[in-house]
Amino acid sequence: MSRLSVRKTYKLYIGGAFPRSESGRSYPVTSAKGDFLANASLASRKDARDAVVAARKAFAGWSGATPYNRGQILYRVAEMLEGRRAQFADELGGGKRAALERVDAAIDRLVWYAGWSDKIAALHGAANPVAGPYFNLSTPEPTGVVAIVAPADPLLGLVSVVAPVIVTGNTCVVVASEPAPLPSITLAEVLATSDLPGGVVNILTGRQAELAPWLSAHMDVNGLDLTGVADPDLALSCEQAAAENLKRVARPVEEDWSADPGIARMTRFLETKTVWHPIGV
Amino acid sequence: MAIFEYAPAPESRDVVDLRSSYGLFVNGEFVEGSGKPFKTVNPATEETLAEVATATSDDVDRAVQAARKAFGVWSALPGGERAKYLFRIARIIQERARELAVLESLDNGKPIRESRDFDLPQAAAHFFYYAGWADKLEYAGFGTKPLGVAGQVIPWNFPLLMLAWKIAPALACGNTVVLKPAETTPLTALLFADICRQAELPPGVVNIVTGAGETGAAVVAHTDVDKVAFTGSTEVGRIIARTVAGTGKKLTLELGGKAANIVFEDAAIDQAVEGIVNGIFFNQGHVCCAGSRLLVQESIQDELLAALKRRVATLRVGDPLDKNTDVGAVNSAEQLARIRRLSELGESEGAERWSPACELPDRGFWFPPTLFTGVAQSHTIAREEVFGPVLSVLTFRTPAEAVEKANNTPYGLSAGVWTEKGSRILWTAERLRAGVVWANTFNKFDPASPFGGYKESGFGREGGLHGLEAYLDV
Repeated sequence: MSRLSVRKTYKLYIGGAFPRSESGRSYPVTSAKGDFLANASLASRKDARDAVVAARKAFAGWSGATPYNRGQILYRVAEMLEGRRAQFADELGGGKRAALERVDAAIDRLVWYAGWSDKIAALHGAANPVAGPYFNLSTPEPTGVVAIVAPADPLLGLVSVVAPVIVTGNTCVVVASEPAPLPSITLAEVLATSDLPGGVVNILTGRQAELAPWLSAHMDVNGLDLTGVADPDLALSCEQAAAENLKRVARPVEEDWSADPGIARMTRFLETKTVWHPIGV
Repeated sequence: MAIFEYAPAPESRDVVDLRSSYGLFVNGEFVEGSGKPFKTVNPATEETLAEVATATSDDVDRAVQAARKAFGVWSALPGGERAKYLFRIARIIQERARELAVLESLDNGKPIRESRDFDLPQAAAHFFYYAGWADKLEYAGFGTKPLGVAGQVIPWNFPLLMLAWKIAPALACGNTVVLKPAETTPLTALLFADICRQAELPPGVVNIVTGAGETGAAVVAHTDVDKVAFTGSTEVGRIIARTVAGTGKKLTLELGGKAANIVFEDAAIDQAVEGIVNGIFFNQGHVCCAGSRLLVQESIQDELLAALKRRVATLRVGDPLDKNTDVGAVNSAEQLARIRRLSELGESEGAERWSPACELPDRGFWFPPTLFTGVAQSHTIAREEVFGPVLSVLTFRTPAEAVEKANNTPYGLSAGVWTEKGSRILWTAERLRAGVVWANTFNKFDPASPFGGYKESGFGREGGLHGLEAYLDV
């Protein structure tokens, strides 16, 4: 007699915890073939706001952590993901080999970004040779709380948009891939066991069209990454809403996630702070 | 307790050859505008200086077309050749510095000492700095591909200098520009057009369209503009961000501020007083990064305020062309009304108002240097940008409280820190959410130093290596 498996309830990831949607809603997620996989939480406006509160709360600690520390934690995320290769490959579905390649690419991407934590300032900062007796130094600093609409690619795409935002000290609220949200919640389990402080990454599953506008208009969100928004009307209304508190906006873009990511995704959500001091005796 | 009386030391206006009317500068030529011309006045006397053309959206379209046409030629020039044009412009600005400085003071109302010693040298230096980048872009890390036509809208507080901040990096990177100066200060931009001709800049590389908000809106909304750069109020910045939404245009915004100037109890008081005065009364306080909120540690409040009042009482307010003048005229009747309204709110909300005894001219737009003490964080004058010579004084007890109060604003452009302890400077600077932090100094600028804000003070940087990013297709 075959054993009946114990299924997992897929919930949200907010402030380091796994709550259900406060709305009590869920939506069925199916495989590419149309088979039922699970009921994912259908996050609400209130969940989005709770996630922003959690991200804001985590910002001071995470942005104040040493870059070395942040790099080690991102590397730890990669380690934890490596340990779950097979699970993620299963969850991604499709051909086993292709799925494993995607998981491996996601792990390698995390390792790549982990190493950037204590190097990006050397590239994006500057000692400015001003015409006067002043010490003048520009350094990059994280923008703050960034709302991310993740691309459809459920794991490599997700990792490729989240890692560059958090490695520099931002915290984020992510709207996961709408058709394939399950790997994002399994990734949350990886994050939760990687010494990443709760609230640094918050993951919502549900409808892009419902959640993105609230996050775009939220006055305590500083940056908005619309990478995964496929509907141009939705992207337009989100960018317009973002103008209210002058969020830094990354417009939707089709990206080949297997390509070399470059540093643009990190620098997009960095501010430059320039400190002056007179030189004298 | 005046020991010496100052004799008037007026700078001659003869160096400026004002025309009675000015057109638009499009495709290398001055042309008439299709809109109703407007007058630009000397804010110190209310005399009309000249009549200036208004560009309609059709005029803006012609300017954008000229810029588009010129883009092919300009972007294809070797960087070294573009550099030489910019070096030429820098040199001509130096050669005509006195003329430009007098014109700037006439049109803007700022003291000649500031236009002569700050605006003009900085404007020339900005062109000189970015000229040097034009043939070195491949080393800067942002690629070498220009964006195309840049639509630029600038404010009235540093008219020529803001023009330099916009045009120099745009041209160095291979873009062409359509620039709209502020409607109350168009004259130095129009004189700059003549400088472009003297430099034999190819026609259409720089186009100057004058007019009010509608002209600016037409520049921003034009479908063939690839890049929008704006310096001005946060209110207008929001409108521009909404306009640009959903287009492919790249946007940088340098907006308002409400900078905290934090004075710790161990600060060198005399230096701090100079810095506070420079921070808020420089350019009549018409400075987006002005240190408009003084945060003073409670233990030295009395001593510092006494010294500050003594110093403010020595400021000379009056004729902008007098070389002894410290504080000139407010730029416009509209701005004066705003400063008055907010100051009255300051009083009615319960803060204590103080100004030194100072005689103001009968004609023109004037406001005396003003301090408000007993200001709470909830007061309008502690939250809203006054953009005038009005300082709000708040107190704090601990460094953590100072940082908390300093960051308690939707703005994040600049901040000041005064303390003799190095580690406290760095601790404070690290926690301030502001794009520029001046420690034991204030209101210092340099073409090599990036400038720009956090939060609602805008995004993007002007100046330095960072300033290139705004004008390249990264």
